[in-house]
Amino acid sequence: MSKDIRIKKGLDLKLKGSAECKISDASRSKVYAVKPSDFHGVTPKMIVKEGAIVKAGEVIFYSKNDESVKFVSPVSGTIQEIKRGEKRVILEILITADSQNVCLEHSKKNPKDLSSQEVKAHLLASGCWPFIMQRPYDIVANSADTPKAIFVSGINSAPLAADLNYTMNGKQDALAAGFTALTKLTTGKVHVTVSPLADFMPNVDGVSVHKGEGVHPVGLVSTQIAKIDPINKGDKVWTVQIEDVAIIGELFITGKLNLQRIVALTGTGVESPSYVTVTMGAQLSDVLGSNLKGGNYRIISGNVLTGDKKSKEQSLGFYHSQVTVIPEGDDYDFFGWNLPRPNKFSVYRAGMFSFLTPSKKYDLNTNTNGEHRGFVLTGKYEKVFPLDIYPMELLKSILVKDIDQMEALGIYEVAPEDFSLTEYVCVSKQDHQAIIRAGLDMMIKEVG
Amino acid sequence: MGLKQNLHNLKEKYKGTKMEQSFNALHTFLYLPNITTHSGAHVRDAADLKRVMNTVIMSLIPALIFGMFNAGFQHYGQINGFPASGMPFLTTDFWNLDNLLVGASKILPMLIVSYGVGLGVEFIFATVKKHEVEEGYLVTGMLVPLIMPIDLPLWMLAVAVVFGVVIGKELFGGTGMNVLNPALTIRAFLFFNWAAWMSGDKVWVNGAKEGVMNAAGTDAISGETILGTLAANKPLLHSAQDMFFGFIPGSVGETSTFMILLGAAFLIFTGIGSARIMISSVIGAVVMGLIFNTLVTSGVIVEGSKFYSLMNFPFWQHLLVGGIAFGIVFMATDPVSASQTGMGKIIYGFFIGFFSILIRVFNPAYPEGVMMAILLMNVFAPTIDHYVVQANINRRMKRLKVKTT
Repeated sequence: MSKDIRIKKGLDLKLKGSAECKISDASRSKVYAVKPSDFHGVTPKMIVKEGAIVKAGEVIFYSKNDESVKFVSPVSGTIQEIKRGEKRVILEILITADSQNVCLEHSKKNPKDLSSQEVKAHLLASGCWPFIMQRPYDIVANSADTPKAIFVSGINSAPLAADLNYTMNGKQDALAAGFTALTKLTTGKVHVTVSPLADFMPNVDGVSVHKGEGVHPVGLVSTQIAKIDPINKGDKVWTVQIEDVAIIGELFITGKLNLQRIVALTGTGVESPSYVTVTMGAQLSDVLGSNLKGGNYRIISGNVLTGDKKSKEQSLGFYHSQVTVIPEGDDYDFFGWNLPRPNKFSVYRAGMFSFLTPSKKYDLNTNTNGEHRGFVLTGKYEKVFPLDIYPMELLKSILVKDIDQMEALGIYEVAPEDFSLTEYVCVSKQDHQAIIRAGLDMMIKEVG
Repeated sequence: MGLKQNLHNLKEKYKGTKMEQSFNALHTFLYLPNITTHSGAHVRDAADLKRVMNTVIMSLIPALIFGMFNAGFQHYGQINGFPASGMPFLTTDFWNLDNLLVGASKILPMLIVSYGVGLGVEFIFATVKKHEVEEGYLVTGMLVPLIMPIDLPLWMLAVAVVFGVVIGKELFGGTGMNVLNPALTIRAFLFFNWAAWMSGDKVWVNGAKEGVMNAAGTDAISGETILGTLAANKPLLHSAQDMFFGFIPGSVGETSTFMILLGAAFLIFTGIGSARIMISSVIGAVVMGLIFNTLVTSGVIVEGSKFYSLMNFPFWQHLLVGGIAFGIVFMATDPVSASQTGMGKIIYGFFIGFFSILIRVFNPAYPEGVMMAILLMNVFAPTIDHYVVQANINRRMKRLKVKTT
């Protein structure tokens, strides 16, 4: 049964610097990094030492709390350094790449012929498991669970996001194999939501394809879950990014885990915004190459609403298919709090005239445009928040650490990214996503 | 360039000292600060709380200007007689320097005291508690003179402002945490302490209290509001048109429904004021007004009853007199003390309108009810929200039950 999802409550931020449909290979980095912090809640347990030689796809650490969940090296080479921080927390594992890039070979398998146990074991052993995320809590899925359903978003609605029709072009077979594998993991259904214009989605038994239209956050998987089959207390559902479904599919078809992504380089700090093929863990200086403009810019792994701030020397985030470079806003603005500002965007009409030019594209910087305050305005978050949840009430219940109220108000249904738009429109400049993350972590600790 | 750099250097210098909060408060008035995002959304909306508060202040300007002219117009009109030509809107009978001078000489000092004392308290609290000076008082400071009688002594105002800011706001944790609307807390404080200066028939026109004599040697100025006249069952001297445009005695900024509507339109257009609250308040007031009108037409209340004039007063004219329009547009919509959920706002607004008219008609001592109605509903707003949010919670519980059965 297919559903049509139409999202009106939301906001499409129109930014300058969208990627042109041309693709190149990023130059191969000397050093690749795997950052355990990309996998929220995972405590890594190393199984290789500094100086060890690894193949691409070989396991380098596993999760302490769920030992069958393994994490692999994206390239072949030598473990150069295991960087540790306070209390010996592993910050990142640096791998010096060799020139051959030898891949660990798995046997080719057809997921159709495998049992659910076999599929699961293969995904765990090959290092594909971290692609599978769990709701509630937005963490890497527990390998012992069987989810109620699996959701995949086939829409990229975030600002300047990669065009899936372009990046998924020619990956139908891999997607078909990947989705077939996913259908084995759940007793329920696998739900995919795509835009009506999408042409990459193959027909797979056991997968229901839904149509989603409208403004951001239509592409966020929570929005789709809420419309298709909402999460209740006690439910577990899994989510996978569609790019990662293709990677899983490729593993089954070729027997090799090919940790490559097509990454959209976007934003006004990029000379010519376009796509590059990148091996995961690559340094951003290599991903961007000569495409990075000089000057005071911020490099974001991901999109402007949910991405991570990175320096050139750091690596692309594990789940990210986009790099955005926008100007830093660390400057004062004379009477910037009351004069109209034609180069900035506001959903309010308080001395701002961006409502007159709805299709204008902006070059926004990272200034907060104001200081942190208590919650004052009401009724504004709801206009960009399509879930049947009271966003401010949920945020406040987290701030006062009221576990029962958080549960009652629907914390199981949300991920931090769902609060990126409320965070954008917040005149009190509160960090909503950080609050939600703290709330989810509190729930993991208290409820499990 | 020089100023920006110098201020930046000063800011660095004062960091961690007692001057930090006060300096930053002034600095952020000149310059939007150089703070950048660190996590979460890397770009943020251009609007901040200062911009929002500024918008509310701008929406109050028409009422303020009209109030200044009207203060003089009422003063001279009562001494020399009102112009015979009828409604003076757009004529120099109203918009003249003499009128403005009377108003400005009374209202500007109130504005200065209100802002000076209020912001002073805010600065002290910010310095002691080491948080930023918050913008909430910018609007409160503007509202306060607009809801006062013209002749209120400034020292009373100063005392009330200190009370309102300290007890009404800072004790609860500052901007965003208060239960009651701070401006109305200030007014309520004045009302209960110095009722003789805040109500009756001697305070609403400049000079009434001092007993300015006319040529015949009698009290020239009667400072009675329309509601006062009605409560005393006396004949009305003003047309509905006068009431709408505001050529009537009353608190400084409340008289001109027309100017208030301009402000309301601006607030709704900018997306800052809640149209839900305003509209449902009007509906609430109309419903109560109609109930009273019906009581009169059906003969339950007959001429001679002490409520007759107020109940017989047409329901739509109830909206034009007294502080109800001002209260609905600028005070009931205060997002902090109002209901915060969509449905809650409708219920909250309705009862503000409803109770305003109810109190107005039945309270013999003080024939205006909007202040009490808003303060009352401020107290109930969290309760209303609680039930609205509970409906959402129950919906979620029901979904869970359907699943498990």
